[in-house]
Amino acid sequence: MDISVKLGMLKLKNPIMTASGTFGYGLEFKPYGRLEDLGAVVVKGLSLEPRQGNPMPRIVETPCGMLNAIGLQNIGVEAFLKEKLGLLPWKTTPVIVNLYGQTREDFARLADILSREQGVAALEVNISCPNVREGGIQFGQDPVQAARVTEVVKKSAGSKPVIIKLSPNVSDVTVIARAVESAGADAISLINTLGGMAVDIYTRKPCLANKFGGLSGPAIKPVALKMVHEVCKKVSLPVIGLGGISSARDVLEFILVGASAVQVGTATFTRPDRVFSLVSEVEKLAMELGLDSWNDFQGTLKN
Amino acid sequence: MKQLNNHESRTCVRTMVRMVTPAGSDGFISLYLDLPEWDYTPGQFVMIRPENWDNDPVWPRPFSICEVNRNGLRLFIQVVGRGTRLISRLTPGSRVDLWGPLGNGFKFDPDDRLLILAGGMGIAPFIGLCKNHPHPEKVSLLFGHRVGIECYPLDELPQGMDKQYARQEGQSDLVLFQEMLEKRIQEFSGLGRILACGPTPLLRVVSSLSLKYKAETYVSLENKMACGVGACLGCVARTSDQGYVQTCTHGPVFRADRIVWEV
Ligand SMILES: Cc1cc2nc3c(=O)[nH]c(=O)nc-3n(C[C@H](O)[C@H](O)[C@H](O)COP(=O)(O)OP(=O)(O)OC[C@H]3O[C@@H](n4cnc5c(N)ncnc54)[C@H](O)[C@@H]3O)c2cc1C
Ligand SMILES: Cc1cc2nc3c(=O)[nH]c(=O)nc-3n(C[C@H](O)[C@H](O)[C@H](O)COP(=O)(O)O)c2cc1C
Ligand code: FES
Repeated sequence: MDISVKLGMLKLKNPIMTASGTFGYGLEFKPYGRLEDLGAVVVKGLSLEPRQGNPMPRIVETPCGMLNAIGLQNIGVEAFLKEKLGLLPWKTTPVIVNLYGQTREDFARLADILSREQGVAALEVNISCPNVREGGIQFGQDPVQAARVTEVVKKSAGSKPVIIKLSPNVSDVTVIARAVESAGADAISLINTLGGMAVDIYTRKPCLANKFGGLSGPAIKPVALKMVHEVCKKVSLPVIGLGGISSARDVLEFILVGASAVQVGTATFTRPDRVFSLVSEVEKLAMELGLDSWNDFQGTLKN
Repeated sequence: MKQLNNHESRTCVRTMVRMVTPAGSDGFISLYLDLPEWDYTPGQFVMIRPENWDNDPVWPRPFSICEVNRNGLRLFIQVVGRGTRLISRLTPGSRVDLWGPLGNGFKFDPDDRLLILAGGMGIAPFIGLCKNHPHPEKVSLLFGHRVGIECYPLDELPQGMDKQYARQEGQSDLVLFQEMLEKRIQEFSGLGRILACGPTPLLRVVSSLSLKYKAETYVSLENKMACGVGACLGCVARTSDQGYVQTCTHGPVFRADRIVWEV
């Protein structure tokens, strides 16, 4: 069957995208698969200036998951455009840039710079990073702030679609989703990582230098699935579901509850070609289920 | 042994365990895997993740390429936690995801003199290097260990090599070992390259002694890794010239004087 999907103005060959921060700038994975085969490539979160990120240790494994407190280390938007984007197959696969700012002005400037780039298919706005002190999450936890960031990014992004990436660390994610929808977002992606902690009884210290981190991986899938389901019921925007997806079955579960596409994050670490093999596995599973099109299946969860 | 750092040869495959041999009594094993068509530089490493791990543990584990011989790709592993314990229980025929060869490896000219400083499992990347070195008489090894010497595959090392072993049991042994290190590094400075691998405290000492005696020293770091391919930014080391860089792709081998050791 044809497994392509439409995400507003974006047409994807298949619903499988990479999750920001788990796929580097894409080029790291060239030895392991054809980037052209993916639905879209979402790159590591970029800021205006390069960022060093948090001190070590910044990652720790947990049962069926991991905590990270990378602190948005990145080479900065200019270096990305100059050194990386041209090497990505953006003509055949949409390249989506994830971005992060400390102030609304930062978000607007980033959107403005990226709006001029032919190779950038869409912007994904991270208002949900739990691992940096300044900016980030406070924009994502308050519906008024979330809407205002969405507005400024939309204004500066020209014709580029704007995806707002939501945090699960809120009491009601649908309130934020509705706020960014009314503010003009073209799509929503969720979830970002869940706030978490790990400690060591021998050293009596937290396992991360930053003390807290963001939980990702299969452990968070039930949480993500619920939030995607709730948001899909409340908004009419396309929703990109993510959080703990590691198999074709996981992908179809997110589509069943209403997602239009998915992103694969932590599972990429289990094998660098994991996201590539998922594409054919999803196609095979869709055939096994006897689906003719995603429309027959998307959001058809029964009560 | 080829000195190559060919990114094109990097692959990820599902491969098979040929043999797991216990070494000594302290949970050390040699794991032999079917090897893809790889050339590698000693000091490069692989990520492995047994097929049956499913969702837990999530991460693969990094191990130095110990050597490649007629039994396949050999990893020399110390059981320290959950992942290595599960790996030690693999049996012939078990399937394992394997990607590599990763990282930069130790670069050196085979005609130059080498001083190898290894601590504990830090011996792993040097086994193949020493066994395949065209001029073993140009290589010196100082090996510090805590567990019994019989746990390590040292009797496989070439005859003509200069080798010195030191066991550390108490604080006084540690002081002695550090004196040995200082003497060797001082004597060797200017004569050739020093290559070091082992626990972080050892590398930190080696690094400061190398600075003191202006010795050209390369150290291989063992940071926690999730992806091994430079994508997650979880494994970074702080360097004086480039800030935080990924140990898995910019390293694991770094010039000792470029590392900013964090407390
Ligand atoms: C480039 C590289 C090459 C390596 N080569 C070898 C090798 O040839 N042979 C070998 O035995 N080991 C090697 N290691 C270390 C090995 O990866 C770890 O011992 C292993 O991942 C621990 O997994 P675990 O699940 O058993 O431990 P966990 O259960 O995850 O942790 C148990 C204990 O092991 C320690 N530990 C965990 N990860 C590491 C690590 N990456 N380095 C040091 N200590 C760690 C932790 O501090 C913890 O206390 C290498 C590491 C790197 C980065
Ligand atoms: C190491 C790491 C780095 C991440 N960096 C970013 C980032 O820069 N921007 C962002 O929006 N999300 C980032 N995330 C969150 C992921 O994109 C994703 O939302 C989250 O990991 C949940 O998906 P998963 O369970 O499939 O990993 C990061 C996650 C991890 C594990
Ligand atoms: S292990 Fe992921 S960047 Fe090095």
